[in-house]
Amino acid sequence: MSSVSHLAPAQAPAPASARAPRRRRTVGSVAWHMGSLAVLAVVLYPVVWVIGGSFKPNDRIVGSLDLFPTSPITENYSRLADGIADIPISTFFVNSAALAIGSVVGVLISCSLAAYAFARIRFAGRNLLFTLMIGTLLLPYHVLLIPQYVLFQKLELINTYTPLLLGKYLATDAFFVFLMMQFMRNLPRELDEAARLDGCGHPRIFWSIVLPLCRPALITSAIFTFINAWNDFMGPLIYLNEPDKYTVSLALKMFVDQDGVANYGGMIAMSLIALLPVLLFFLAFQRYLIDGMATSGLKG
Amino acid sequence: MGTTAVGDGSAVARPGAGHGPVPGAGRALEKTARGGGTRGGGGTRRGPGGRGSRGGLGNRGGLGGRGGRGGRRGRGGRGSWSSRENLAGYLFMSPWLAGFLLLTAGPMVASLYFAFTDYNLFDAPRWIGLANFTEMFGDERWRHSVSLTLWYVVIGTPLKLAAALGVALLLSRSRRGQAFYRAAFYAPSLIGASVSIAIVWKAIFSDDAVVDRTQRLFGVDAGGWIGDPDLIVYSLVALTVWQFGAPMVIFLAGLKQVPVSLYEAAEVDGAGPLRRFWNITLPMISPVLFFNVLLETIHSFQIFGSAYILGGAGGTCGPADGTLVYTCYLYIQGFENSRMGLASAMAWMLLLAVGLVTAVLFWSQRRWVHYEEAAR
Repeated sequence: MSSVSHLAPAQAPAPASARAPRRRRTVGSVAWHMGSLAVLAVVLYPVVWVIGGSFKPNDRIVGSLDLFPTSPITENYSRLADGIADIPISTFFVNSAALAIGSVVGVLISCSLAAYAFARIRFAGRNLLFTLMIGTLLLPYHVLLIPQYVLFQKLELINTYTPLLLGKYLATDAFFVFLMMQFMRNLPRELDEAARLDGCGHPRIFWSIVLPLCRPALITSAIFTFINAWNDFMGPLIYLNEPDKYTVSLALKMFVDQDGVANYGGMIAMSLIALLPVLLFFLAFQRYLIDGMATSGLKG
Repeated sequence: MGTTAVGDGSAVARPGAGHGPVPGAGRALEKTARGGGTRGGGGTRRGPGGRGSRGGLGNRGGLGGRGGRGGRRGRGGRGSWSSRENLAGYLFMSPWLAGFLLLTAGPMVASLYFAFTDYNLFDAPRWIGLANFTEMFGDERWRHSVSLTLWYVVIGTPLKLAAALGVALLLSRSRRGQAFYRAAFYAPSLIGASVSIAIVWKAIFSDDAVVDRTQRLFGVDAGGWIGDPDLIVYSLVALTVWQFGAPMVIFLAGLKQVPVSLYEAAEVDGAGPLRRFWNITLPMISPVLFFNVLLETIHSFQIFGSAYILGGAGGTCGPADGTLVYTCYLYIQGFENSRMGLASAMAWMLLLAVGLVTAVLFWSQRRWVHYEEAAR
């Protein structure tokens, strides 16, 4: 904290920090870590619980206070191999992964195009469209739920992945348009100018200059899209009605409905496996995610 | 003329060059300036609709210095570049435009129409005027879901934001370990909305599980929250508060921008920690606070998946509709009871509520949100 003391008025030689003895600072730091660790314990408890629980027998999962079982069992996992409702669980994971990857591709293409237009092209009506886009950012999704369902039902696209994917390819995720736009706006404009003088049009500038420089924003958007699509529950719940098309989220719901307490362990084990991709992505890319979140807030 | 245009472009573009070292840019500019005489000369024709990109150059340069005195020089080029820019703009925007018309604007109009009809998806919608709305207001379950949702929003959002701000203040006090804690605290925001976590939550808050036993240590024998129609909503609130990481990250970024000199000056003047928080920290981060309040409130109104799973699926949401939040009831009416018209009317009420809250927040911000320019 005292490292920025040069910003302080010169006539005030920061008396408080100067006379703070080292011991007090150590006590403060210990207290700080204690506080942080306490929060950490609360935050991580459910995650640790689900890991431990997945190795417990059914009847010990809820009632037992031990985080980890004294004699861990792997049955919960081995029984998952039987699948849910005679469908191997790998099906659900493949479905979820296909949807998530399809969503990522769509968002990257469509949102970056719109973001480029907002950030770099001066076209008539841009401000109006921008206002509309911000409006959709705040629009509750549920208003569109029923008419969209009616639309896709008329087009006989229920029980396909089209309703879940189409929006991604049409840049309906305004948040990502916004995120990429903010990033593009901060790229030095001389790059465009230079390319333009060299005879590049917008497509070329977009593809060869702006997109490569936007990698951080693209990565952030991609990861968020993947995680959102992976976690999505309402969309698949509404649009998919054959179990072999179910995503992991829906399979879990089916688990809850069907087996309930009888196969509690299996449900917990499956829950954990369902969380793994998200957690792995998070571990690998946490900096992109957190920085993306932080900047979205500051510039909003 | 051609050379002037090019020279113009680079000259205007330069003032903005303070962005930092951009390796290729300078060289490319120079190169173009050198070759500009010949290239530009050929291109200055302002052919109507022709490939007038050359003619637009001077203009583009002017645009580059948008912040400054953007030169509006190339009088002739304007028409051609702007139509080209329009074309490019709308081409780039076309996916978004299609999405907006097909998946947002169109459905909104349709939804507004459905709201005044009786529609079960198979027979044609039948106009029934305000009947959906009168039915809705007279429906006790609807009123229950409204008050439950409001209660959830009013309790959950401030608690979540308070936790976020509190932990952000704690973390901002030290650099060491900050990145680790920040990441760890953020993780729940990513997984909190998943079905997995809802299942875990259901287990943790059921009879004889951790929460039940912990509260017994304090002499409270309320039983598991999941089975209790009055308490189950608080397990939902707990799940919301658990995801404080996302607003916390935003708070942290905001806190980082508060100049330390302000605190030091206040300390010299004898302001205690509380005073400093109230008179410096809060006003300085108020834009970020506003952003968080806005987003989290809107978000809270729309909670669905967690409530649906926590309450147990199928027709009801929780014991005695304990987690029947607004969207759950909307889902039940629309998709389980096939009452698309009624559900559309419900959706519009939600939109009105969210719109009203947004408007009130925006209106109130002039009273409590201090933007940087004003504060400095």
